[in-house]
Amino acid sequence: MTQPSPPPQAAKRARPIVPFLRLGDDGEKPYLVAKQCAGCGAVYLGRRVACSKCFATGPFKEIRLSDRGTLWVYSIVYQSAPGIPTPYVAAIVDLPEGAAVRCTIIDVEPQPEQLPFGMPVEMVTKKVREDKDGNDVIAFFFRPVKK
Amino acid sequence: MRDAYVLGVGMIKFGRYPEKDVSELAAEAALLALKDAGMTIHDVQLLASGNLFQANAMVGQRLLQQIGQTGIPVINVSNACATGSTAFREAYFAVGSGEYDVAMAVGSEQMGKAGLLGGGGGRESVEGILGSGLMPAVFGQAGVEHMRQHGTTIEHFAKVSVKNHKHSTKNPLSQYQNEVQLEDVLGARMIAYPNTLYMCCPTGDGAAAAIVVSESIMKKFAAARSVKIACSVLTSDPWTPRDLTFPDVSSLTRNAAKMAYDKAGVGPADLDLVELHDCFATAELLHYENLGLCKDGEAARGVDEGWFEWGGKTPVNVSGGLLSKGHPLGATGVANIYEVVTHLRGQAGARQVENAKVGLAHVIGLGSACTIHILTV
Repeated sequence: MTQPSPPPQAAKRARPIVPFLRLGDDGEKPYLVAKQCAGCGAVYLGRRVACSKCFATGPFKEIRLSDRGTLWVYSIVYQSAPGIPTPYVAAIVDLPEGAAVRCTIIDVEPQPEQLPFGMPVEMVTKKVREDKDGNDVIAFFFRPVKK
Repeated sequence: MRDAYVLGVGMIKFGRYPEKDVSELAAEAALLALKDAGMTIHDVQLLASGNLFQANAMVGQRLLQQIGQTGIPVINVSNACATGSTAFREAYFAVGSGEYDVAMAVGSEQMGKAGLLGGGGGRESVEGILGSGLMPAVFGQAGVEHMRQHGTTIEHFAKVSVKNHKHSTKNPLSQYQNEVQLEDVLGARMIAYPNTLYMCCPTGDGAAAAIVVSESIMKKFAAARSVKIACSVLTSDPWTPRDLTFPDVSSLTRNAAKMAYDKAGVGPADLDLVELHDCFATAELLHYENLGLCKDGEAARGVDEGWFEWGGKTPVNVSGGLLSKGHPLGATGVANIYEVVTHLRGQAGARQVENAKVGLAHVIGLGSACTIHILTV
């Protein structure tokens, strides 16, 4: 009697921290995607049953978002939940496609004078942890565009 | 809808009560309100109970188990920070609809010291990685947006904290009753820019209750000190371009304010006092404009010139506000009603706004829900 063979070990791989981050294939740079209402043009990060602006039930078109945007507003967080390193710059970045993205700004001194409104920022990705299956979890961040 | 009135109010001192069950806190506030109304639990025909942290644990029924199981209908309400005020609105609708003559609203909460952090921070958390969804950062960003649009400074926000802490020294039911100076506020530990420690409301426990009655009951019990509910408005957030990633705390308040003034037939200039949702100092400054207490872009000037202080043209948060009185989430909305009613009856002691006839109570729960009640005598 043959023993059933153990299930094949799933290959460890990278996965995005949120579904609207795409890691890209074959060396392509990671990018964000959004759903855009074909009726009114409203842009959403993540799925939507119907458009909360114009109430149309679709269609929604998937669009690729730019990796460059501008800083709308921020806060500098000094006290967070236990285990989360501080300080960090919690920001809202506007992308040209009409999406506002909640994100952390990195590679900048966490000081108001280093965070002018409208500052050009660009997206970068990096591994933030491993999940319970040992996969790399990849997150996106924004940083000031170097002059 | 027929007219409805507040006949009784009660509130326990906000603070920390780890040795008690939340139903006991609620029961104490309910008994105070019943005594104030000259009623017993046997007179109450409906109970609306607001509680957030134990939303699935039937706090309203547990409250009746503490003070009298009369078998009346109980509605347990959960609506973020607008939980208590939504419970009050349920009591108002119960009476206003003509179905009941006496309804009680009780708001209660036992937060512990971790507050809203109690449920977060799991393995899949994106906090700190994808910005922040925590309240200090969200309301920090809202303040920074006001800085961006109107040139408001951190000092303006800090002065709001100084004002509310000063007000709280005259409120014996306030969780904190300490005056703070501008340099204390600015020099305090930064929580989330621009809000320092004293610009953030504390965590805490508490309860408040109100008895809502019809006109016939009001005349029978205590016509001389009844307070009329001139309007009850509840809104949620309308679509705005950034709302889903950057909670828009202003639009739903503006919508609610317009509806409230229309329904009550009064305007901002008629208000003798306002209790508004100062969960953070930044929030209060925004709401001066959202509620029409001043023009857009004028809030910082109003702060500098003392328009919203006790004795100013529209006193705001003379109770000490959430910043100092405390913010036990489910209790807050009913506590605001307590404060306004107390002034309209002329029973507010050292902090009494003289000759107060019209008061507004505003609450916003993020997610979002906004209530406005205008009360008159």
